[in-house]
Amino acid sequence: MSWGFLRDLLSGVNKYSIGIGRIWVAVVFIFRLLVYIVAAENIWKYEHDEFECNIKQPGCENVCFDHFFPVSHISLWALQLIMVSTPSLLVVFHVAYREKREKHHNQKLYKSPGEIDGGLLCTYLISLILKMGLEIVFLVLFYKLYNGFKVPRLVKCDIRPCPNTVDCFISKPTEKMIFLYFLVATSCLCIVLNLSELSYLIFKYSIKCYLKRYIKKCQGSESDCHKSGIIGHNRPAAAGRFHNSLASSPSIQ
Amino acid sequence: MDWGSLQDVLGGVNKHSTSIGKIWLTVLFIFRIMILVVAAERVWGDEQQDFVCNTLQPGCKNVCYDHFFPISHIRLWALQLIFVSTPALLVAMHVAYTRHEKKRRFRNGEKIDIEELKNEKIHIRGPLWWTYTSSIFFRIIFEAVFMYVFYYMYDGYQMPRLVKCNAWPCPNTVDCFVSRPTEKTTFTIFMLAVSGICMMLNLAELCYLVIKICMKESRKTTVLK
Repeated sequence: MSWGFLRDLLSGVNKYSIGIGRIWVAVVFIFRLLVYIVAAENIWKYEHDEFECNIKQPGCENVCFDHFFPVSHISLWALQLIMVSTPSLLVVFHVAYREKREKHHNQKLYKSPGEIDGGLLCTYLISLILKMGLEIVFLVLFYKLYNGFKVPRLVKCDIRPCPNTVDCFISKPTEKMIFLYFLVATSCLCIVLNLSELSYLIFKYSIKCYLKRYIKKCQGSESDCHKSGIIGHNRPAAAGRFHNSLASSPSIQ
Repeated sequence: MDWGSLQDVLGGVNKHSTSIGKIWLTVLFIFRIMILVVAAERVWGDEQQDFVCNTLQPGCKNVCYDHFFPISHIRLWALQLIFVSTPALLVAMHVAYTRHEKKRRFRNGEKIDIEELKNEKIHIRGPLWWTYTSSIFFRIIFEAVFMYVFYYMYDGYQMPRLVKCNAWPCPNTVDCFVSRPTEKTTFTIFMLAVSGICMMLNLAELCYLVIKICMKESRKTTVLK
């Protein structure tokens, strides 16, 4: 059980995504998951061992590290990746439910179980909203836990058993900061993609709904349409007789 | 989940590339990704542990290491490889979109062979030519940008044996020694050379595509005349 599971999950999700959704999957895959695994994990690998305090007092380093890093950046990052990929499972489950229903009733109930319409559209929209919500929650969490996205070189610590205020030095702060900014940038990109997909889908299906209603309305008042059509037909003929003009006058009859 | 996933994604693009594109992809996988994974990661693996400063002052080593290596070579290479591989995805997406359109037309009644559609090699012409050419252009830009970033950040491509550091809390100017400088320099120059080769291949591919389209246009105009 490893990140390969998330990769397979995302590949499965890709099947039922549309347009911008596929771009979202590619961004998460390459710019977030792959970067996390090949680069970011190694930066934070020895963060506790390389955290050094200017003191020989046993326990002081441990306590200070725990105070300044209640949850490590890298653990939060991993959680974020998992949580943000999971709402897409709702769509996968719904499609599986549709397929099961079709099998159970032994007849074609839907145009295509994977087609995003009706109930599946609602599920898709909910998954988009959840994804955006989770991204924002994690960004806010990062910001609040670490007072911004900066990683300081030095932190001053005075928690027991440290005797006085002690200087503690964080390892690779610049590299960590660069990758944190990279994380924030990709999160924001994913939020923008989700928002555009949400807007596009709402717009598309509103237009579809509106057109359907308009056609139904027209079909419903067909007799009125027909009457106005007859009058329309007679008018040019009458005009033609009245003016007694050119033989080539247009006759719509 | 690692570089293998990138290989799966890019392998699909290989089918629709030109011959030079295929050579580029091979060079990328064998001389860059594989070297990075099997050799370079081992060389840079212990870089901070074995970075030694001539002082007992706690924190001095951390601060000096951070000052001289704001971002490690190995991470920069990983990012470079990811960014340089990504434009190929544009091509993959365009091909997938073209196939999707053909499938839609088939569903709407036009006669298209499904099996042939799956294995069809999509030729690089029309809108796909523009996508393909843009992807090569972006590849060249990313390669150049990363090569410049390396040069700018590390004052050249050589790894020094000794760096002199006087950042606080180091008491005075302190000598710090980098681990395996010669091996690191060798690998840096190797990766630089391969980046250069990849850039040349991309330039050659770009010229080839442009010349090909110009010749086609001139043939069309002579036929029309």
